[in-house]
Order: sequence, then C-alpha cells, then structure tokens
Amino acid sequence: MTLTRDKKGVAGKAPYKVIGTRPLRPDGADKVTGKAVYGADVHLPAMLYGAMLRSPHAHARISSIDTSEAERVPGVKAVVTAADLPVIQDILTDLGEGVVNLRYTSNNVLAHDKVLYHGHAVAAVAATSTAIAEEAVKLIKVEYDLLPPVLDVLEAMKDDAPIILEDLRTTELGEKREGQTNIASHIQHRRGDLEQGFAAADIIVEREFRTGTVHQGYIEPHSAVGLYNDDGHVTVWCSTQGAFGIRNQVSELLKLPVSDVTVIPTEIGGGFGGKLGVYLEPVVALLSKKAGHRPVKMTMNRTEVLQATGPTSASYIRVKMGATRDGKLTAAEAYLAYDAGAFPGSPVGSAAVVILAPYKLDHLLIDGYDVIVNKPRSAAYRAPGGTNAAYASEAVIDELAKIIGMDPLEFRLKNAVTEGDRRADGPVYARIGFVETLHAAQEHPHYRAPLEGKHRGRGVASGFWNNWGGRSSVSASINPDGSVNLLEGSPDIGGTRASIAMQLAETMEIAYEDVHPRVVDTDSVGYNDATGGSRTTFGTGWAAYEVGLKLIDEMKRQAADLLEVDLESIAYENGIFSSNGDSLGFKEIAERIDESGHPVVASASVHPEEFGPGFGTHIVDVEVDPETGKVEILRYTAVQDVGKAIHPSYVEGQLHGGVAQGVGWALNEEYVYDDEGHLLNASFLDYRIPTALDLPMIDTVLVEVANPGHPFGVRGVGETPIVPPAGAVANAIYDAIGVRMTTLPMSPGTILEALWAQEES
Amino acid sequence: MADRVIVNTSINGEEATLLCEPRQTLLEVLREGLRLTGTKEGCSNGNCGACNVLLDGVLVNSCLVLAVEAEGRSVTTIEGIALPEGLHPLQQKFLEHAALQCGICTPGFIISAKALLEENPSPTEEEVRFWLAGNLCRCTGYDKIVRAVLDTAEAAPSVGSFGGETP
Amino acid sequence: MQAFDFATPTTVAEAVELLMGRNGDARILSGGTDLIAQLKEGRRTTSLVVDVKRIPEVTELRYHPESGLKLGAAVPCVVLYGDKEIVAAYPGLIDSATLIGGKQIQGRASFGGNLCNASPAADSIPAMIVHSASCLIAGPDGQRSVAVEAFCTGPGQTVLRDGEFLVAIHMPAPPVRFGAHYLRFIPRNEMDIAVVGAGASVVLDEAGERFEQARVALGAVAPTPLLVAEAGEYLAGKPVSEDVVDEAARLAKEAARPIDDMRGSVRQRKHLSAVLTRRALWKAIERARG
Ligand code: FES
Ligand code: FES
Repeated sequence: MTLTRDKKGVAGKAPYKVIGTRPLRPDGADKVTGKAVYGADVHLPAMLYGAMLRSPHAHARISSIDTSEAERVPGVKAVVTAADLPVIQDILTDLGEGVVNLRYTSNNVLAHDKVLYHGHAVAAVAATSTAIAEEAVKLIKVEYDLLPPVLDVLEAMKDDAPIILEDLRTTELGEKREGQTNIASHIQHRRGDLEQGFAAADIIVEREFRTGTVHQGYIEPHSAVGLYNDDGHVTVWCSTQGAFGIRNQVSELLKLPVSDVTVIPTEIGGGFGGKLGVYLEPVVALLSKKAGHRPVKMTMNRTEVLQATGPTSASYIRVKMGATRDGKLTAAEAYLAYDAGAFPGSPVGSAAVVILAPYKLDHLLIDGYDVIVNKPRSAAYRAPGGTNAAYASEAVIDELAKIIGMDPLEFRLKNAVTEGDRRADGPVYARIGFVETLHAAQEHPHYRAPLEGKHRGRGVASGFWNNWGGRSSVSASINPDGSVNLLEGSPDIGGTRASIAMQLAETMEIAYEDVHPRVVDTDSVGYNDATGGSRTTFGTGWAAYEVGLKLIDEMKRQAADLLEVDLESIAYENGIFSSNGDSLGFKEIAERIDESGHPVVASASVHPEEFGPGFGTHIVDVEVDPETGKVEILRYTAVQDVGKAIHPSYVEGQLHGGVAQGVGWALNEEYVYDDEGHLLNASFLDYRIPTALDLPMIDTVLVEVANPGHPFGVRGVGETPIVPPAGAVANAIYDAIGVRMTTLPMSPGTILEALWAQEES
Repeated sequence: MADRVIVNTSINGEEATLLCEPRQTLLEVLREGLRLTGTKEGCSNGNCGACNVLLDGVLVNSCLVLAVEAEGRSVTTIEGIALPEGLHPLQQKFLEHAALQCGICTPGFIISAKALLEENPSPTEEEVRFWLAGNLCRCTGYDKIVRAVLDTAEAAPSVGSFGGETP
Repeated sequence: MQAFDFATPTTVAEAVELLMGRNGDARILSGGTDLIAQLKEGRRTTSLVVDVKRIPEVTELRYHPESGLKLGAAVPCVVLYGDKEIVAAYPGLIDSATLIGGKQIQGRASFGGNLCNASPAADSIPAMIVHSASCLIAGPDGQRSVAVEAFCTGPGQTVLRDGEFLVAIHMPAPPVRFGAHYLRFIPRNEMDIAVVGAGASVVLDEAGERFEQARVALGAVAPTPLLVAEAGEYLAGKPVSEDVVDEAARLAKEAARPIDDMRGSVRQRKHLSAVLTRRALWKAIERARG
C-alpha cells in the first residue's frame, strides 16, 4: 500500500482546526442517559435465557454427563455440552493481541474430556427464564475423576508435575520437542557476550520477582445473544472488542461459512484485552439451534467473569543487570516464566520485548517460558505481560541507580534508547520519544517538590509498549446537508468515535459536528481487526483519513461538473472548491448530490505497519503505614509520548485508566486459590480494584513526538500507561521504608512481612 | 413457585403496576420487566454501584432491593434524570469532562453524584471521593469523574437546580 | 435466586406469628444488603422472607439524653448519622455507620441487620459493644433483652430462637467525659471487610488524666465479635499514659484468637489487634477530653 501523507505535514507542524480540540463524543448523550445498548441490554422477541454449568474442580476427567433431568424441567428448551461442538483441528488465529489455537478455544468454550480449571464451562441450558435455566443447570449430573492440579508456574515446569494437556509438546526456540510437558514454549533473545558485559560492570544487581494472577476487571460482564436462524444463518449480538474476530471464531468453531455468521457489536463496557476471544458466543448459537431457532441470551455474573475469563498471567521473573559507577548499563539477563492458564498463550513474548526495551544494551540474554497451569486461560490485558516485566526490570534499574548514587531519571537518560538504536529483541527504533518523557519528568514540579513527612517516598519508573497497526476499513457517504456518515467496524470503548471523526473532519476541512460516526456490524463494513493493541485511533483514524481524501476527490469531480471546468483545475481549501475565480461551497455541492444521481460514497482500508511505539515515565509519591503495611498513593504524575493527541481529554483518560489499573495491580489485586485450585475471591469485594478513595488526581503530561508513520503523527496511547506503575510504586515504597518489595501485589500483609523479615535479620 | 405479587410503585414519576415474584430484585424487574436497561448490573451483590437508583430519594443498590419492597415507594433511575429542557447538569458535565470512557459505570455514578449534590451542594474533593467509593469504574481512574462532579457543584447557581425531590 | 414467599407484617405480634408458621425457615428482611446477596449466592435458603420495615418499633429512632438511644433494628445507617444529637452522643457507633459499605449500602444497611448476620468481622458490633448496647428481642414468649456481646454465638449464629426476632437495640446515654471510637483495617480505603476491627470507649476523670471506665472490643479475630473485658478491667483507675494504653493494646492482642484466611494471617491479625486497639483508645481519649 502506498501511504498518502497529510499535505499539512505531521503533528506539531500544522495548525490543526479539529485535532487537539476537545469536542463532546457523538455517543455521549446515549451513554449519560442510559439509552446506550450494551451486551446485556439486547432484547429480542421470543428470546430465551441461558445459564452455564461450571466445573467445581480445578483438574478432573469428565467420566459422564447426564442432562436428562435438566431437559425435563418445564421451560427448558435446550441443553448443550461439548458433544454438540464440531471436532476442530489445530487452527491458529490472531485475535489482535496474541495468537490462539482454536482447538483449545473450542475446549475452553465447553470442556471436552477434562475440566482444566475451577469454573471451566461444562454444559449450558436455555430456558424461558434465567431462574429456570439456573435451576436446570443444577440438575445436570457430571461425574468427575479428580486429578491433581498444578497452579504455580515453577511447579508446573517440573518434570514430575501433573500433566494438564496430554498432547502438549514444548516448542523449544522454534523446534518441537518430544515428551509430555506443561511448558508450551521457550523463546530467547540474545546479543553480545554476557560474560564480557558483566565483567565490565562495577555493580551487579540480581533479583527474583513473583507476581500474582490479575483480571482486567471490566465492569460489564460478558454477554451474548445468539440466533441460529431456520435458514442456517447465525447472528450474534455481543459486547466485544472485535466483531470480526468473534465472527471468524464462531464460524471456525461451528464449522460455518463465514458468510453465514453476522456479529452485531453492542456498546462495550470495558475490555482491556479480555473481550477478544469467544466464551458465550458459540454456546448461545448452539443453544439457539437446538431450541427451535429462538434467540438465546446468556450473561455471566461477576463470579463467572472472574472464574472463567480474562485473567493475565502470574509470573516468575529473574533479572540481573550490571552497570558501571558512572551509570552505564553493561549487560542484562532476564528469565521470565509466565503462566498461561489452562491453554498455551501467555503474553511472555511481549513481556520479553518490554522488559529491556527502554535501554541500550550491548550484551543481553532474555529467556521466556510459556507454561500452562490449572487456572482460566489467560487473555490479553492492556500491554499484555508488560506490567510484570517492567516491575522487575525497573526495580533493578532503581536499585542500581541508588547504589551508585545517581538520580534515577538521570540513570535512565544515560541508557535510554533513541532513534536508530536496536531494541533488545532486534528491531531498530524509528523516531521515539523516550528521552523526551524523561526530560519532561525531570522538569515537572512534582519531581522537584520536596517530599516531607515520615514514611513517605518517591519512585519513578519507565515503560514501553510497541503498539499495533492492524487492519481497518471504513465507509462514508455525504449527506445533502453537507455532513458525512462514517461507518466503522471498531467498537468504541473509550471515545474513538470522536477521535476517528475528528481525523475525518480535519482531513476534509469540515466541522467535527458534521461527521456522524456509527459502529456497524460485520455485514456492513469491510474487515476490521479488534479495538486493541492501542490501534484504533491510529489505524481506523488512518482509514478515516484515507476515506476523507477520497470523498474530497469525488466532490472535486462534482465541482468540476457543476462549474464546467477541468477536474485538474479544481482546488479545495477551507470548505471551498474553486477554479479560476469560480467557486462552490462544500455544502452547495452537497445539496445537489441526491438530485445529481451520483451519490458521494467511498471506502478505505489500511494496514499500516509503522505504528510507532510509546514510552512513558511515571512519578509517584507514597506513604507507608509501617504498623499496618498499607500504602497510600499521595501524588501521581504520568508522562507519556503520545505522538499527537487527537482528543487530549481521551488521551489523558487512557493515561488515568492505565495508572489506576497499574496501581491496583501493584497494591491489592490478585487471584487467591486454595491448594485444590479453587478460586476463593471471585467477587468485587475480595478482588480489590481501586475505588475513588484509593487514588489521588492523576497528573498527566502529554509529550507529542509525532509518529512519522501516521498522517497526523498518532501513536497508540492506551497500553503504555499500565507498564510503569507497579515498578514506580515499588521504588517509592523502597524510598519510604527501605524495603525492596519483590512480589505483586504489594499488599499490606506482604509489606508487613517484609518489614518483619527486615527487623528479624 | 411462590405466588406472584402485584406491586404498585412510581418509577421516574410515573405510576407503575408490576407483577413480580418475591425473589426478583428491583434491578431485575427494572431491566427485564420494564426494559429500563440504563440501570446496569456489574456484580449483583452490592460491590460496584452500577445498579444504583434512588428509592424515595435515598441512594441504594437496586441489586440488593427486592422489587416487592418498592410497594408504595418512588424509584428514580438514570432514565429519569434528564430535565425537560435537556440533559441534567451532571450529565452535561460528565460529557464535557470526558468522565466516561466505556460508559457502563456512568449511570450509577450520575445517580450517586445526584444524591450527593442534593445532600451536599458544595462538596470537597475528599467528600466526593468518599461518596463515590461504592461506585467502581475501571476505565477512568476516577480523575475526570471527580472533576465533573466538583465542576457541576461549582457551576450550579443553587441547590434547587439539581431537580428531583430531596429526601 | 430460589423462590420464596414474602410478607410485610405491621406489628411485632404478626411478625412472630409468621416466623412461628415456618419452623425456623423464615428470614427477616431489614436492609437486605446481606440477606439478598446471600440468598442469591445460595449461602442461605428460605421459604419466606419477612420484611419488618413496616413495623413501627423496628424503624423507630429515638434519643433522649437520659434514657439513651432506642435504635429500631431496621433503621439504616444513613438515617442514624443524619441525626446531629446522635452523632454527638455515640461517636463510635457513627464511625462504624460510615464505614459499612459505600453510601448506597448505607442507604439500606441497618445495625440490627449487621448484628443478626453475625459476621465475625461486622463493623457495627464492636462499636455497639463499646457503647454497652443491648438487644431487645421479641418472640412467642414475649420480649427479652441480651447484651450485644452475648448476641452472636458463632459465624452467622445468634441467640435468636425459633419465632424470635430482633426489634431494637438500646444504648444507654453516655456519661460525661465519655469518648468512643471504632476503626478497622482494610486493604483499600472503602468497600472491604475488616481484616481486624477495634472499638474502644472510655470515661475519664474530671482532669481527663485517669480512666474511670473503659471498654475494648475487637472484630474479625474470633468466631464472634469480642469484648476484651481484660483490657477494660485493666484500664479502670489507671492514669492515661502511653504505657497504660500500650498494655491494654497488648491485652487485646492476647485476647485475639484469629484464623488464617485470604483476608489476613494469624500473625497479621494479632499484630493489628494491638495497633488498632491503641489507635482506638487514643482517639476515644481525645474525644472524651473534648
Ligand atoms: S450490580 Fe448492584 S452493586 Fe454491582
Ligand atoms: S467508564 Fe468504563 S467503567 Fe467507568
């Protein structure tokens, strides 16, 4: 594809009219008045309600399932189990934030022969009410042969660990190995000569870290309505980050031609990576087929969401780094073992990229292991794998800086990657803004403010995320009143209707209010990858830019016809088409479009590759109560290179949200299992996401280093901000009480124990 | 199955007669029975605030109220917040401040904030955070939500402008 | 949620009759913040829910500077802390009322409900204990009164017999130079169950330098909320000093018999028992000194 460049050049250079302003979002009124339709709000005539039977065990063989009693309950219309799913071969598919094997997805959607985690779906019922479906579920009899579970990543790697998937073989640096195992893969990045690198160091720090399983914690539970029509066409209404991804998965899992599946995305109440894969969608379709082609709705409750969806990996990470007394990193070694839950696919690959990405290193070795355990299948979560990885490396960086007595931002500056440097895993950086974030942090009043009071500390940390381009398509048409209808396939999770419409308005030199964006179903627009990987404002915004150029070209043709001049002579500026002194306003031409019989419509598809990574540097002040171990966040500043902020409010919002999730991960969020593998805290009471009282206002600094790979200089912004917080908070805790925390979460209990251990030693 | 019960109540100022099973929560009846789906369900056990409504003007989690308890009471949901002349000032400020990202928590926050401002028309940041602590938002880090509420309070010429009945 | 019948009695006698008719299977509905969640999750079952909020005695809130406070069992927290006189007279009680859940829980949740739910970690119970509260119980044999510290008999278990229910809670009027405080430790700043809760009340001498009486109670460190009588007995007559308060805190730690669970370890809870008792006592002292 050839790239068309904005004639006004890249960000920062052009006086934009729309970009950089803060208009109201087009879907705003619906969302503040309760009219917007989210997943669970869909209601269809003759709709049935579903409920799921889930495994009470973490690891067991299913010896029999008897659904007969459930089927006899008045009001029950269908019961399905894995026996109703077609047999699937290995099919790898990219959901946008990681590749998955659909054979495993089928097994995850309804357990085939074994249940692999507490909450694994086993059977589903459709009935005339939720209450009846729930009662019927209890009447399904399943016999299990219990198997020993393994929950810890290092335990699962041992030779004598219980085997979870009998057919799994390790992919060792790209080669398949023989023998049963829980290690799905081992990856490695190496450069230079480690021994030589560490020999050159004056100081070497090596530490081990452990992090717990955490969940994306979107407030909207998963919900789907499926209609398997009498003619064989399947329609699914669901809350998803990617309708096309759901369409493709449903089509593969049910062995239907893709044209027989339509997915209608509803509004989505948060995803953060957790709403890319299917859970309920194939099941409601199957239920609908069996229930006489009536639509079936299934909505998870919070317990199901926590037990069976989402989480991201617990991990074991070891980091060793060496530096000279004058603050130059000489070598780094990292070992990462990430649990993937019950099926391969942890984000250890991106973790291995993130862990050393910000730093120039001549000698490095990174080993990453993807390991299965008896927990729910891990899903992407905002900068997948990045938070744990940066927690480890940023703590070691901080320790090195402290030991040599150098300001931690200065230390980072001395080692920061810039354009032309090679990232730890190979690629060369184009123009990036890491150094700019470090400078902005140094100059920020927060960093200069004195920190007074006992047990208070300040910490900093940086983070990287690679972002993504993906594929985007949009269609657009011009209305007779001069406004533009814009059809997109990117679900809007946080204001992207606005940020995409703004790019179209800027391109076409029309008012933002004259763009009417709609998120449409999979039949109504070309293919779109999911809203994920921080790609939507970047990629779909780019598609909007392309379609804007096409619409203007078409309008020029109409202007040429109306003015009876050559097309080449038409110029367009500020909403006016002109040629040799004659001119027509955009709206004047638009008025005649319908009459002309030449409606102005266009579509555009893009697949940009130069998505431009994002770097952030965070500063946090904490106070630790040494008697209780509790950490209070006193002040927080997030600095990030955002490329160009199209709608600064929503960019700030992304930083706020990433920080909040990162702080939750740092301090309190974790899955608690008993020895048998039962999840004990599957509620918002005991899975503790931050409340309004747990956070201060979050200062943001938007550094705009334009991405040369985008017409308006956009970089993805959503994921980077969750990468630094855990490291920054850990470093602040050290500053406050002199204890290096090496586990996540750094909950009051673990801090107390660390303090006790320090006292006792 | 237990007998169904007729419940006479008022919802957003309109008389409503509902036929409910005693086991049904107010949330369930609002959403499934009346199709007032603006009230959201995030946890169904009182831990997220997405289902907040006002019951006789008092802020409650509708997932922890039985529909039969609404007999003779008045219920205000997000659908009943806007004023005849347009959006309620809180709704307007939430939009202006970009205080919603995905928006699933927004109805609950607006209901909570309305109850707050009716009781305390000029709250401090700390008071806003305390009052809203029962409403979870996973997207915004609360920063812009708190600002929107504070700004609504500041911009309001008088207490009365929040509309609705004071408990 | 399972199906059940629903009744709204308007007199105490009517309620007792309804309860008697179900042989212990009926459940009282007050604010519903525990009961409805438990019924939904299948942690409790019932064939009849009795909503007592239409019985005048159960929703009555009456305070008199001499006879004290009569708190109907279903009065929600929000009503309690809306009353200025009560806020001034029962500070420990009010501390706990503002800690229970968020605002939307406080709009419904009641002290009577918190008591009957009998969670070892209930916030209101240590607070009521240090305010020397007693429970007014109605049943087929008439009314009886039980001290709050004797009301819970185990997790989710109370002294209530078949046909009995809690009508109101009585708290004596506070003497002069009285102060009380309740606090708890939770990992977040709201919306959590106490890892440990501690309440303390003191009556000081005229100079404010000596304890005349004191009460200390703990939550989440035993099968029921715990009155630490040893601490109160120790403090009575002692001068107000750091050593004395620390010793009372140590006695509380001694009395705590916690378990390990996902919310806290034995060692952490023991440790927090002392820390929180100390903090509760000092705040109570500050309040008593005015
Ligand atoms: S749904 Fe009611 S509080 Fe979460
Ligand atoms: S805006 Fe998404 S949960 Fe609040």
